[in-house]
Amino acid sequence: MMESVLLLRRPLLPAAAAAILCAAMPAFAAEISGAGATFPYPIYAKRAEAYKAKTGTSLNYQSIGSGGGIKQIGAKTVDFGASDMPLTPDKLQADDLQQFPMVMGGVVPVVNLAGIKPGELKLDGKLLAGMYLGTITNWNDKAIAELNPGLKLPDKAIATVHRSDGSGTNFIFTHYLSSIDPDFKSKIGENTSVEFPGGIGGKGNEGVAALAGRTDGAIGYVEYAYALQNKMTYAQLKNREGNFVSPNSSTFQAAAANADWSKAPGFYLVLTDQPGKDSWPITGATFILMHKKQDKPDTAREALSFFDWAYHNGGQMAEQLDYVPMPAAVVAAAEDSWKTIVGADGKPVWTGKGS
Amino acid sequence: MAAEVETVAISSATQTRRPAGQAGDTVFRALTVFFAVLVLVILGGVIFSLVYGAWPALQKFGFGFVINGAWNPVTENFGALAPIYGTLVTSFIAMLIGIPVAFGVALFITELCPKWLRRPLGTMIELLAAIPSIIYGIWGLFVLAPFIQQYVQPALIGTLGKLPVVGVLFAGPPLGIGVLTAGFILSIMVLPFIASVMRDVFETVPPMLKESAYGLGCTTSEVVWRVVLPYTRVGVVGGILLGLGRALGETMAVTFVIGNSHHLNLSILQPGTTISAALANEFTEAVGDLYQSSLIALGFILFIITFAVLAAAKLMLLRLQKATG
Repeated sequence: MMESVLLLRRPLLPAAAAAILCAAMPAFAAEISGAGATFPYPIYAKRAEAYKAKTGTSLNYQSIGSGGGIKQIGAKTVDFGASDMPLTPDKLQADDLQQFPMVMGGVVPVVNLAGIKPGELKLDGKLLAGMYLGTITNWNDKAIAELNPGLKLPDKAIATVHRSDGSGTNFIFTHYLSSIDPDFKSKIGENTSVEFPGGIGGKGNEGVAALAGRTDGAIGYVEYAYALQNKMTYAQLKNREGNFVSPNSSTFQAAAANADWSKAPGFYLVLTDQPGKDSWPITGATFILMHKKQDKPDTAREALSFFDWAYHNGGQMAEQLDYVPMPAAVVAAAEDSWKTIVGADGKPVWTGKGS
Repeated sequence: MAAEVETVAISSATQTRRPAGQAGDTVFRALTVFFAVLVLVILGGVIFSLVYGAWPALQKFGFGFVINGAWNPVTENFGALAPIYGTLVTSFIAMLIGIPVAFGVALFITELCPKWLRRPLGTMIELLAAIPSIIYGIWGLFVLAPFIQQYVQPALIGTLGKLPVVGVLFAGPPLGIGVLTAGFILSIMVLPFIASVMRDVFETVPPMLKESAYGLGCTTSEVVWRVVLPYTRVGVVGGILLGLGRALGETMAVTFVIGNSHHLNLSILQPGTTISAALANEFTEAVGDLYQSSLIALGFILFIITFAVLAAAKLMLLRLQKATG
């Protein structure tokens, strides 16, 4: 009861008093607030719980969607925003934001065809683009048969299932198809929500999973974790080197490891169609956004300490939930970029471990 | 604040057990006026904030917004035609199925049903209204849609789909999900509203009227068409419009089964979208001011549609009342 009264009153206190309060007892009073992407919510929640048990610092993360996260950090109502779609370096510059990748996942094509087991069907980007453009409409299409000589594919209409809500999954998927097929790029394009010429729309990963699972002859795309947990029939994809790969954490890792992060200002990099013989072609990272100039340096330090802890201790938790932790080189680069996050005095708020 | 003071005044008045005098009356009157005005203020506020939020989209697209069939967040070209079409067509299908069934149900309960079955049957119909719409949605997705995909749609495509003009309405592969399925779910959802209103008004027909008709040698169907229906016209129309209002605004169940595709498609077997489904799907992740504003403009259009339906209903009822005297 006392606690809730205190919590209610806290926002009313002048900022200065709150800052003093935080400085006086950092371990007790610190609360980090964040908002944004729904895709990484389970892993953020799990890490936050473990972090609170260890340090007493609690994290309040609202999974309101990437668009909402970008808006909220712009309005400074949260300490950090989270987005599945990286902001362009220009946009980061304009809003004075720092961006860094937190965790990765992959998008997986799933199908519903009687008699076909997970991993049996082989597809490539051109075929996927054709299906979603509506130029390949039947499962007995010659182009599909060419990639799958041993499979007996039925004479059945292809029902494409897509995300009806705006989402990072949409962005990663359409980004991949746009980079493979110029036709897709000009007719549909890449965005968190796009206009597909046909097909069924489902809300959220769970909506697409349900629709694809219920509709005979359907193809859809979901986050890897959903495909795995719902035991869906995923398809193999042909990557840039021409190999067919199955979606799993090692092929996602391969994509991230082969990507050249050093040439991406603001970590603006979408991990689709990356080189490497084992790279899964539709991989993406989810990003954290923070203001470079911090009005509340103490809270920002707490947030960065949490991210630092998550980078170094949260890897196993990520794997348990079928996410992919960032490779060590990327973590080092991300932590290096935190130098640009400064307080009112112009000094970096985070100065390495133990601060 | 004012309301608080007034409540205090009322309670002190009752505590001292003074006879309700003029002061109490004045306070009570002021209170009711305040509440009545409050409703108008809220309504005005809703309209204002809708127009305010929709303004950037309305300014950019003008009237073309209503007749533009595109909805492309990449190029920021938004139009409301597909959701408006979907809203009207699903509601039309719901009414097409719902009204005759509700009429039959109400008629059976009031005129033909054995006495002992009347109450349980009526209660059960009303219970349909108590099922949350999300349950209808889940049921529609997991039970109704596969059934429609396997049996209903192939039959429709094979028969009606082969006809020359109407064939367009039943074209395409059987997906299970689509405008027809959404309309079907809606018809079940509006059924209890229409049926219970119809039952209530059928019961208001004076027994003397019916008995006189029977006495003249009328059959049951003649009594229904010549006596019961003319007597209850106003109430029946009211019940239908109540159901229509629900069908137009229903969100969750429709979102589950309509397929949420902004692609304008004449075929009722193909996925479509409605205004409320589009709002539910896209509002949270609408990046960009024009996108959000276009969604609010959709909401404004839905407001206008339901408002028009209610206004038309009122007008119709007034006319009917005048005609019958």
